[in-house]
Amino acid sequence: MPEKNNDDAPVLLPTLGASLDQFVRSGGMPQREFTVKARTQREIVFRRFLKHRAAVTSLIVFLLVVLFAFVGPLLWNQSFNFMSNDIEVPPSGTHPFGTDSNGYDLFADVMHGTARTLEIALSVSIASTVIGTVYGAVSGYFRGWVDTVMMRIADLILTIPAIVVAIIVSDKLSASISSAWYFLAFILSALFWPVCARIVRAQVLSLREKEFVEAARALGAKDTRIIFRHIVPNCLGSIIVVLTLTVANTVLVETALSFLGFGVRPPDTSLGTLVSNGQTAIQDGFPWLFYFPALFIILIVLTINFIGDGLRDAFDPQQTRVRA
Amino acid sequence: MSEYSRLSTESEVLLAVDNLTVDFPTADGVVKAVRGVSYNLRAGEVLGIVGESGSGKSVSSMAVMGLLPKSAQIRGSISFRGEELLGRTEKEFMQLRGSKIAMIFQDPMTSLNPVYKIGFQLAEAVLAHHDIGREAARKRALELLEIVGIPFPERRIDQYPHEFSGGMRQRVVIAIAMANNPDVIIADEPTTALDVTVQAQVLEALRSAQRETGAAMVLITHDLGVVAGQADRVLVMYAGKPVEIGGVDEIYYEPRMPYTLGLLGSLPRLDADRAERLTPIQGSPPSLLSLPPGCPFVPRCPLAKPTCDEQEPELVPTGEPGHYAACHFSASLIGKRADEVFAVTAADAALPASYGAEIEGVTGQVTAIPEQPKAEQSE
Amino acid sequence: MIAFTVRRLLASIPVLFVSTLLVFLIVASSVDPLAPLRARNPPIPQTTIRAEAVRLGLNHSLPQRYWDWLTGLVLHGNWGTSVSSGYDIGQRLISSFFVTFRLVILAILLSLILAIAVGVLTAVRQYSRLDYAATAIGFLFLSLPTFVFAILLKSWAIEFNQTVRPNGPPIIATLFEASPNPPTSFLGKIGDSAGHLLLPTIVLALVSYASWSRFQRASMLEVLNSDYIRLARAKGLSRSRVLLRHALRNALIPLSTQVALDTAGLLGGAVITETIFEWHGMGYMFIQAIDNYDLYPLLAWLVLASTLVIVFNLIADLLYAVLDPRIRLA
Repeated sequence: MPEKNNDDAPVLLPTLGASLDQFVRSGGMPQREFTVKARTQREIVFRRFLKHRAAVTSLIVFLLVVLFAFVGPLLWNQSFNFMSNDIEVPPSGTHPFGTDSNGYDLFADVMHGTARTLEIALSVSIASTVIGTVYGAVSGYFRGWVDTVMMRIADLILTIPAIVVAIIVSDKLSASISSAWYFLAFILSALFWPVCARIVRAQVLSLREKEFVEAARALGAKDTRIIFRHIVPNCLGSIIVVLTLTVANTVLVETALSFLGFGVRPPDTSLGTLVSNGQTAIQDGFPWLFYFPALFIILIVLTINFIGDGLRDAFDPQQTRVRA
Repeated sequence: MSEYSRLSTESEVLLAVDNLTVDFPTADGVVKAVRGVSYNLRAGEVLGIVGESGSGKSVSSMAVMGLLPKSAQIRGSISFRGEELLGRTEKEFMQLRGSKIAMIFQDPMTSLNPVYKIGFQLAEAVLAHHDIGREAARKRALELLEIVGIPFPERRIDQYPHEFSGGMRQRVVIAIAMANNPDVIIADEPTTALDVTVQAQVLEALRSAQRETGAAMVLITHDLGVVAGQADRVLVMYAGKPVEIGGVDEIYYEPRMPYTLGLLGSLPRLDADRAERLTPIQGSPPSLLSLPPGCPFVPRCPLAKPTCDEQEPELVPTGEPGHYAACHFSASLIGKRADEVFAVTAADAALPASYGAEIEGVTGQVTAIPEQPKAEQSE
Repeated sequence: MIAFTVRRLLASIPVLFVSTLLVFLIVASSVDPLAPLRARNPPIPQTTIRAEAVRLGLNHSLPQRYWDWLTGLVLHGNWGTSVSSGYDIGQRLISSFFVTFRLVILAILLSLILAIAVGVLTAVRQYSRLDYAATAIGFLFLSLPTFVFAILLKSWAIEFNQTVRPNGPPIIATLFEASPNPPTSFLGKIGDSAGHLLLPTIVLALVSYASWSRFQRASMLEVLNSDYIRLARAKGLSRSRVLLRHALRNALIPLSTQVALDTAGLLGGAVITETIFEWHGMGYMFIQAIDNYDLYPLLAWLVLASTLVIVFNLIADLLYAVLDPRIRLA
């Protein structure tokens, strides 16, 4: 039996008029129906999310990782590209993650790599979600040939494997323009926005038929206002879920690109680059060079996936989902 | 033999439900969906089960078919032809379903598998219980389509469900139910999802099914009009318990439970001989999660007294044969009309008495308008 | 249906055209294939460089070059010239395709069988321990990057080979799609192929399995809760018949379109797996073209990859229409 949550206990909140009505109608008997405390939607979603153990744990772990990546370098005594004299040293007190063939402290490297990967992932997901939301909302709202054309373009982008395009574009252009990480983020955003656009469009298509849209229009609201003040806020659940999933996807794609040498380039480092450097490490006898960066990639993606799952359930609980 | 049966003992009892209880454990507590239903179904008779959503009428029928989820806790007894059904294995239920006891569901638009042809789904029902060839099964399918009134069956049999209208799909579902000449057909709200104009056709098909198979029928609905035309006996359910049971005439003309009276009073009737006001029952059914002690109808009942809060009334005989009611004050309902017990909705109460005269004028009948009794005002 | 197919294929031609044009412009304008030559020390004589330029068609304008390439391909089947001499682009394209193809097909089959089985089982036994375990494993696989998994498998295989047969040829091959000197017997060839296929197939199958099994589970659950399944049970049909004939048949419809779409992605995007296991498939051809600033093999690769995407998208739509009688192709 699930534990009784105190806040769900029946609370009598009669208003004066209603209670009088009920009182008389029931022949002077005390009120029989129980009312429950009203909650805002935000509270409801928040509470549902908290019930999801794995999601909450993942959120905590993820926040710890973020702290590690961004606050860690400020506290750690070594910087990430510093060639120390300890070559290929296993994990120890001074080098908790060991060192590589250049003497770089892996702990510092992983901190920096995680930070870079997270920066790219977060900026890509926010940018692509914003673009995708606007695009999908406009497309779904106006329908007709505008929608058809817009969706064809989006579908086109979707069907091409992201890695391929990223490699082509980044390799060729970045050499001449810039190899800074935000350029990579820009390319990835351009590849990921159609995912969000599709989902938002689907929601908008159904929402635009609802009465509140008609009511708003009857009151004289302009299209842009209707879209962005009425319809989009109702899609917030899906949008947030897509956002989290895009973070996960971006981490996977960016690390893969960096692994192949097409993403984050030296001297900058990302988790993918670190794994690439350590790919023969296991056989060579320095397994820490592989396992630590790999572990962090898995950790980030896993926690994001659980958080996304918890959010999806919090916004739209369905019977068919397994509580992870 | 249970006391709730008719006096006449000619036809045998096919289905005997005795004190059936169904509980569903949920994250918010235990939902007591069915709280002690008992009825007997005799060969050839039609029992109408009437009630609002959540009264437990569908759940009790699903229990008979063994179609409730595994989490459901079922207690009591359901016996078919004298043999106890509860506790049987899935395999034993499989043999009964579709061949001895058949069921018709509410929404015809989703009851049929969209990827298989109608003929296939009909034949499958037959082949599941009889080892005849595909040809014979197809012939039987054509037969069934004719009985339920599907035009051009030879063409229709090779079509897909989406090529049929809602009413026709429901008739196909009826055909599937009667395919193996079952002893009992349970129709769970067969006309609820359909247009009124289509309802007549479906009810006609149900009648044909009953005629052809000689089956007894349990007709579940919230539509009193449907029950009036089809049923021999009526069971009224409220909040998971039966509150009145009796012959259809007795229930309709001499209801002995305020809920039944209220239901009847809320029905618009073409044969009402005066401009009677409708008397809807205020409020809504209670939550089955946290039922207070006493009669569950109290919050909505105009006759409620303190005893009603303390003790939940049992189904007791009303004096007429086969008619039982669960109300402490059922005797005070003898001879009462709905508008004498229930309040009219406030807005209409202020209409002038001459309102009725205008309406009479339209029909061309000149009738003297008798004194309208002052309807009880609600505060 | 034929009319639909033809119309779709015709509509795809402009898409192909536009994408090749775009890539051509991007790559050709930003890349100088002669850069490595120019940077050599001791320097190469100018005449040689100019000769190379002519050979590669670099003396013409961009639009001219694109036009030459397009007409060359469509009219003469000429894929163009590569930076490396003796590189027959057309032939390379075909052989690379088949190498990738056999890997992807096997991976998809493996993945599909597992995903359907697990999807159905977890849907039927919802909330059981099996369900939770499968979901947890699924999440793990979804979060495991292909390259990490590939490297892990490689090192385990190497260890395995060392322990089982320390001095002989590896049992589970970690590199290439076939041994340099494959055995001549038929069985021997199969064995050799299998040994080489094992690891990459597992890696590729993994990611697809993770998403497909969750997809199938959700689809199956939706179907199992539907009214027609309830009616099928009420008819007295056996559980297995209801499950396989009625439920699965409906639940597979959305999955099949998803599989078709993902296959297209896999064929083009198995780059990482091929790189790590050093298979000479399409991914390898692609990377090589990029590394060598080789424009024409890249274009050829693009034409094939795009065509595959178009074809599989079409298959996805056709499949839907075939499996679901309610769908009529526009």
